Amino acid sequence: MFLSERRRGQLAALSIAAVVIIVGVPLWWRTTETYRAWLPVSQIKELAKLQLQLSADVEVVFARGTVTPEQQKKVPLTQTQEEERAIDGDLIILFLILLIRNTKLESKFFSCHVLFLPEDTALRYSTQADLYLLAFQDVNVYIGQRRTALLRIGPQMRVGKTLEQLLAHLEPRIKQVLQVMSFSHNDITAALSDRVRFSPDNKESIADSMRAFKSSPGYEITFSLLNPDPKSHRLHWDIEGAVQTYIQPLLTKLSPVANFSIDSQTLYYTMLGVNPRFDTSRSAYTLNADSLAHVINPVEARLGSNAASSNPVLNFLLYVPDAQHSPLYIQGRKKQEVPSNAFHSPRWGGIMVYNVNGFYGSEPEFPVDINIDMAKVMGVFLAQLRLLLGVQSSTPPPGFLVARCGSTGLADWELDRLMWSRSVENVATATTTITSLAQLLDQIGNIVINDNIAQQVSSAVTSLQLAVAELEAGNLGFALQYSKEAILASEKAFFDPSLLHLLYFPDDQKFAIYIPLFLPMCVPILLSLLKIVSEARQRRREKQAKKD
Amino acid sequence: MSKYAAAQKQAEPAVLQPTPQPKDDFQEELVVRPLHSGDIYASFQFRTLWETDFMRGNKVSHYRLFPKSLGQVISKFSVRELHISFTQGYWRTMQWGQPYLPSPPGAELWVWFQDSVTDVDATWKELTNVLSGIFCASLNFIDSTNTVQPSASFKPLGIGNVTDHRFLRYATLPREIVCTENLTPWKKLLPCGSKAGLAVLLKSEKLFHSSFHSQAVHIRPVCQDWQCKTTSWELRQTLNVVFDLHNSGQGKREWSLFKMFSRTLTEACPLASSSKIYIDITDNPEQFELSPATSLLSQAMVLGDRRTFSVYDLTQQDTFGSVRSLNLLIRWKSTEGDMLRPLLHAERYVAGYGLQTGEIHTLMYNHHPYRSFPVLLLDSVPWYLRLYIHTLTVTSKGKDNKPSYIHYQPSKDRVRPHLLEMLVQLPPNSVTEVTVQFERALLKWTEYTPDPNHGFYVGSSVISSLVPSTVAMDTNSTRERPLFSSFFPCKEESSYFVRVYTEPLLVNLPTPDFSMPYNVICLTCTVVAVGYGSLYNLLTRSFQIEEPSPGLAKRIANVIRKMRGVPPL
Repeated sequence: MFLSERRRGQLAALSIAAVVIIVGVPLWWRTTETYRAWLPVSQIKELAKLQLQLSADVEVVFARGTVTPEQQKKVPLTQTQEEERAIDGDLIILFLILLIRNTKLESKFFSCHVLFLPEDTALRYSTQADLYLLAFQDVNVYIGQRRTALLRIGPQMRVGKTLEQLLAHLEPRIKQVLQVMSFSHNDITAALSDRVRFSPDNKESIADSMRAFKSSPGYEITFSLLNPDPKSHRLHWDIEGAVQTYIQPLLTKLSPVANFSIDSQTLYYTMLGVNPRFDTSRSAYTLNADSLAHVINPVEARLGSNAASSNPVLNFLLYVPDAQHSPLYIQGRKKQEVPSNAFHSPRWGGIMVYNVNGFYGSEPEFPVDINIDMAKVMGVFLAQLRLLLGVQSSTPPPGFLVARCGSTGLADWELDRLMWSRSVENVATATTTITSLAQLLDQIGNIVINDNIAQQVSSAVTSLQLAVAELEAGNLGFALQYSKEAILASEKAFFDPSLLHLLYFPDDQKFAIYIPLFLPMCVPILLSLLKIVSEARQRRREKQAKKD
Repeated sequence: MSKYAAAQKQAEPAVLQPTPQPKDDFQEELVVRPLHSGDIYASFQFRTLWETDFMRGNKVSHYRLFPKSLGQVISKFSVRELHISFTQGYWRTMQWGQPYLPSPPGAELWVWFQDSVTDVDATWKELTNVLSGIFCASLNFIDSTNTVQPSASFKPLGIGNVTDHRFLRYATLPREIVCTENLTPWKKLLPCGSKAGLAVLLKSEKLFHSSFHSQAVHIRPVCQDWQCKTTSWELRQTLNVVFDLHNSGQGKREWSLFKMFSRTLTEACPLASSSKIYIDITDNPEQFELSPATSLLSQAMVLGDRRTFSVYDLTQQDTFGSVRSLNLLIRWKSTEGDMLRPLLHAERYVAGYGLQTGEIHTLMYNHHPYRSFPVLLLDSVPWYLRLYIHTLTVTSKGKDNKPSYIHYQPSKDRVRPHLLEMLVQLPPNSVTEVTVQFERALLKWTEYTPDPNHGFYVGSSVISSLVPSTVAMDTNSTRERPLFSSFFPCKEESSYFVRVYTEPLLVNLPTPDFSMPYNVICLTCTVVAVGYGSLYNLLTRSFQIEEPSPGLAKRIANVIRKMRGVPPL
């Protein structure tokens, strides 16, 4: 009787412990579990290494007189060159696929056509679209507005040399041409500026790479006419016409890269933040290059943010100094006058000072009506716009002649280069975003990942993979498109409001809440389990003793 | 190249082409009305008219006088009309008369959208967020729980006969506190900023040291001419302020621009086509002394009355005199005189005791001696006050007054508020009382405001009416008139439009103790633990019968018996 009662107690304790473990713990686990959707972590990790393969297809055409017909037959059809570059741990492999043929292959998209000309030709060549005339003897390479480059055979490469020698001579020069026409080391560094840590010695290249706006699916361009003195000046600017004439062609050309919207406003009583100094020698006011940094802030308060979109805004300000502080000139660092009387601020916009003293006449009667010369203004703004959008015109190596860009303000190969660097930049930004999001979610274990975020992340990853593949194939348009999609999806996932919830209590608070329940429950169970174990052990010992 | 040549030609200096007629126009105006209480009412109006079309054709993107930020809002959200006001303090109609532009305490926003908008609610949500950024206000707290679609009360004030109230949204935030950070962006919308013209007077430390302050922005399409062949967009920025006699005036019945605003005027805004100051001297021209004196007098029909104003034209140099500065001085000679009693007036309060039920009383006064007129009453009550609509009573002069039109939209918990609109005929010289009972709901603990014991605000009721006028009103909407008299369109001569806002209500809701959740957790856990512990003990303890030991009484008895020598029990 006594023993069976004891036995019953033990059994009851064991079964309660079993119920707690089998039912209670899973129940608690299930009810307090956070929902975490599946993320493609391994693919993200793979992307984080950022191994990009960029390829540029080059078609080389030999003009008559450079190779003999026998040699021409032996010219290889394709030839692949590979080049590896590592930028701060990120590996970028460049492929140059050279197609060396005599006939143009119309169906394929080439990044570059190189026409190889004999040395003694007059360097006159025409296609349907381009007409080049190279009169200068020292020009060996001419880069046209489209994707065509003309290469003149060197004097040491007369006819009669073997084909191998010719090709060996050709190769470094094609590379040089490609440096100009497609991507150079600087472009890639600029595109990856987020990921690359700069060494402090090359400040110039940092400034260069930080000038252009970050890649974005759209830009807002705002022209503001600042009239601090409406009592003296009544300004008229035909901004509508000027935008149509000067800015729109460039933006139409750039439309594959991003969407642009243009607006303009006139702001009155807007002062610059700096008092210009009067220069008696020139009887004019001057703004020093050092003080230009302080000009923008007070003006910016009046510019107003863009209410209609969240795209970055490029500001172009035309400042007409008031009658008392006129004329006003911007002075460079070496005290010299800046011919354009304008300056730009990286990733912000440009400011131009427009003096109107010439309009006063001998007996000025205020207010003076002034029509602003938009051609002069837009020339400056257009140049600034090119810089800020990252259409850099790097100085070509000696012996190169680059065709002047026509009415569109942008050569085809410049657009290609921009698309290249934008795609690389987008891919880099999107991978950084996705990687850091994955890291964050990995670190905070109880953050909720809902299906929406997971879907955005996977679509970003898919787009990224597609963009990388398209880059590899050399399809710039698609690469840019996919990289834009990747950026949008990754930002959407990263800034999802559900990730910011204040639902994530620290662990000590959770324990404070659980202790009143768990402590009185678990202590008796544990104690009785211990007791059962010790009793069982004692019984065994007694049995052992009995056997002995 | 021809384009370039054209640009070159254009650039030739000195030869001025006839400048194109500017398609935008800016006017500024200040009305000062000395009040009978000795307070003073100053009302600023700035109007920008722009002959453009935001809706059809190409995108409008080149701004001159019209602020770019608002223009972008109009074109992006397809806004037909936008009215927004921020008010600090309550307008005391019985003391001060009718304001030129009424507004409820806190923030009010009502917008008519174009009928091309497909998802009005989403557009509204986005619009409120953008406006909240533009005006640095908490308009982002406008959501479906405080937005209503009035069916009759807020008709468009501009042209256009769209009356489908699906495109109308109305919301108030009675709790909103208006301060400098709202004034600064408002001033930035003016072409001259606060640098020149009347806006120089808008110094925030003075403006907010007042009994009443209200600033507003109204955007609407208006007719350019009588036949309405061309339309233009009107942006009206208004600012109304009442300075207190004792607080700002040091108790003296003597006001000057410098005393009110601590600034004087030196110039008009050079961009303004008209810049005027009006002083209301109707009540008794002999009572005030104005210096400098002006010979320019003007009459205007405003709020059903013919008023006389002294006018100062700031575009004329001689207004500023030899000191080149204008400091208007208004001095009372005597304090006699009677104020015209406002014909329509309303007030509202909450009755009842306890935290379960209550009753909202709205009183509407018709002070007209012999004419009755209809009023439209709009009430938007948050869902947590559950209205018992069957208890709605409307009585005037002790008799039941049956409203001729009732539009009631019941609330949905946490989704939308109650909307009650009624058309009530107010008998002459009477008080009409509207009462409705309500029950206070219990909120979830995260829904309470940070200071729940302060109470919850219920926005003002809005009473809109065409009040019979004592003089013939001017119905020609295109004639040149002072800005303050031309805001509400006037359709007939015999009446004028008035909108009256009642006080917002402050209602206490049952408020829990907010440390409750943790207490509840601890208490439940303890109860569970105690119950579980005893159960566990019962189940696992082994019981055995034991010889009961004798009780304490028995033992004591035995000791005593032992001492007495009697055998123990």
